[in-house]
Amino acid sequence: MSLENFLLVGAILFSIGMYGAISRRSAVVVLMSLELMFTAVNITAVALSRYVLPAGLIFDPSTTSDLVTRSLLTGHVFAIFIITVGAAEVALGVAIVIMLYRNRETVFVTDANQMRH
Amino acid sequence: MTDFIPNFWQQIEEPQAWLIFLFPLGAFLVNSLIIRPFFNQYSKLSGWITVVSLTASFVLSVYAVGSVAANDGRSIGWASHEWVEVANFKMTVGIMMNSLTALMLLVVTGVSLLVQIYSMGYMKGDSGYSRYFAYMSLFTASMVGLVMSSNIVQLFVFWELVGLCSFLLIGFWFHKPSAAAAAKKAFLVTRVGDFGFLLGILYLFSQGDSFTANNLNPLEIRDIEKAIGLGTVISSSVAGWIALGFFLGAMGKSGQFPLHTWLPDAMEGPTPVSSLIHAATMVAAGVFLVARFFPLFEASPVALDTVAIIGGVTVVFAASMGLVMNDIKRVLAYSTVSQLGYMMLAIGVGAPGVAIFHLFTHAFFKCLLFQGAGSVSHAVGGTFDMRYMGGLRRVMPWTYATFLIGSLSLAGIFPLAGFWSKDEILASAQGQAGFIPQAVFGLALIAVTMTAFYMFRVLFMTFEGDYKGGADADPDVESHAPSNTPHESAWSMLGPMVILALLAIFAGFVANPIVNLGAIPEHWLVHDFLHESAAKFNLGIAAISTFAAILGILLAYLMYVSKTISAQTVVSSVRPIHTVLSRKYYFDELYEDLLTTRVFYRGLAGALDWFDRCVVDGLVRVIDNFGRNIGRLIGQAQTGQVQSYGAVLSGGVLVILGVLLFLK
Repeated sequence: MSLENFLLVGAILFSIGMYGAISRRSAVVVLMSLELMFTAVNITAVALSRYVLPAGLIFDPSTTSDLVTRSLLTGHVFAIFIITVGAAEVALGVAIVIMLYRNRETVFVTDANQMRH
Repeated sequence: MTDFIPNFWQQIEEPQAWLIFLFPLGAFLVNSLIIRPFFNQYSKLSGWITVVSLTASFVLSVYAVGSVAANDGRSIGWASHEWVEVANFKMTVGIMMNSLTALMLLVVTGVSLLVQIYSMGYMKGDSGYSRYFAYMSLFTASMVGLVMSSNIVQLFVFWELVGLCSFLLIGFWFHKPSAAAAAKKAFLVTRVGDFGFLLGILYLFSQGDSFTANNLNPLEIRDIEKAIGLGTVISSSVAGWIALGFFLGAMGKSGQFPLHTWLPDAMEGPTPVSSLIHAATMVAAGVFLVARFFPLFEASPVALDTVAIIGGVTVVFAASMGLVMNDIKRVLAYSTVSQLGYMMLAIGVGAPGVAIFHLFTHAFFKCLLFQGAGSVSHAVGGTFDMRYMGGLRRVMPWTYATFLIGSLSLAGIFPLAGFWSKDEILASAQGQAGFIPQAVFGLALIAVTMTAFYMFRVLFMTFEGDYKGGADADPDVESHAPSNTPHESAWSMLGPMVILALLAIFAGFVANPIVNLGAIPEHWLVHDFLHESAAKFNLGIAAISTFAAILGILLAYLMYVSKTISAQTVVSSVRPIHTVLSRKYYFDELYEDLLTTRVFYRGLAGALDWFDRCVVDGLVRVIDNFGRNIGRLIGQAQTGQVQSYGAVLSGGVLVILGVLLFLK
């Protein structure tokens, strides 16, 4: 498996997510699309972390193993963070959708256009 | 030379000189800040405060005159105090105490004191009693400050304050529209002159470099005299332009032709105000200014000739209008304008000392005449129209006697004060060679007859014949005291009039006798005190002018007492002239209808209004429309649809990405 495959999958997922977020009227589907985009970014981050060595580490023999470990795990840590933030975001997003429905009896994002005024 | 000055007049010190100014100023502050807001029910107090403080000022002024006289009329110098200093620019305040200052102080404080005493009777019961005395003391303080100033800017400040006070006092009864209009007119017309004065000051200031090169300050009055003395500091033409600017200011203040229109209208104020304005304060300021800066005028023959011509024209011009007026105060107002013309004329022929001598005597009899007019008006219920007076001689003997003395003095009858000063003016003009002095001498001589005629016309119409009803008969008086019979005025009014009458008799001969009078040397006031040697008494001219005056009196007698000549016949035979005179040569129409309404209001202001509306506003409107339309166009993108924003955002990222890849 090469890095390109992972990046390709990430890019496809991201594009699908973005298309969904832009084109779908239902707020719930938009939230789901956002989750797709998060996932795409996670895949990309972890893949890059696994395949690409930071430039500073390559030709420097004096680096400690501790620094190497930290550098190599950066993408993974990012992924964990994004998953956590995504969970929180969904919780908040669904709450907003519920409030929107209670007040306006709709879950279409196209109807929530008060910001124009 | 000055043996008759008692020894106890020592040199006056600067603090005492400042007090002359500070006393009336203090009276103003007490009256306006303490009495009027907090103790208005005791407003009688403000009259007393003003009189007491002016008495103190007057005593100090006498002291000042004595000191200057003991100093042979030379100026007593005090260093000026620093006011503003920025780099090379220095401005000072200080007192310039010379014979001119001292004499003016005496006239201003003395006449003002008598006017205040008179006012306590005249203004009794007026609701603005405190306000009146506050204004009056500020007026006096400003005038005192004006004559004492050692710096032109300081002088200008007081000059404007005098203008302000006359505005406040002419419009004292501001609920009357005519009074408010008259106050506004006085303020605006004198402003025209003040603009010239200001330009003169600025031009003088622009010559600062050549002054400082000689270690002089262009704004110091003494330094101007020194600069003229040096002869090399400013050229004759520069001095002439500055002098003409100053003279324009003096014309406004002293009501000289053609800026005279405000003075007759100023009669709307209370009568004591007129008497103060006409005798000692406002109008005297103009003559004082020209006398103060006489060296500037002397340096430029053109400026001097202008003063003489304007003075000569004003003398006859104003006197001719005085011939036909029916309002007693208006006759006196035109008389003042005419007499001020005499003073200007005297300065114009190079005799400022004589002009100040006439100012000195004129102050007494003109103040007296106005007070007499006020007394008469009180007696007949509030009108000033002479057609409804008459026969008051029997009921008001004191007013009649003093008014007669004032009229004789003004007409220039031997041996009253007016005779001596007017004669010196005539002699100075006649003694000058050249066409202009001789021409103005002729004009002045004509005006002597006119003066005597209009003054005795007033006297006869008011005091002789039968009583014609007073204010009850005058249809123009809307509200007046319930009909009462004429009566003599209170002693608070008569007292000052008697004192002024005595001064109107003796002031001329005692101060400036033609022979050595005991210890007082011949021509003391003009020669020794004011240092003017040219003036001499001329018997021939005295005889001619007395003859001219008697001719005028006789004419008035024949027309208004014996009725040998019918006034109606005379009027109808010169109907057009009479109309022109009683319409005041149409100057009000010229200024108000033509100059103000057409030229300024419709012409100039109309053009500016058009420019403002079309060009300035138009430009703004174009910019406004441009912005608004652009905004509307861009605003189309603001849909409120988050998804479309998101689409644009991602599209934008793609474009940037594409560009970056392409550039690589």
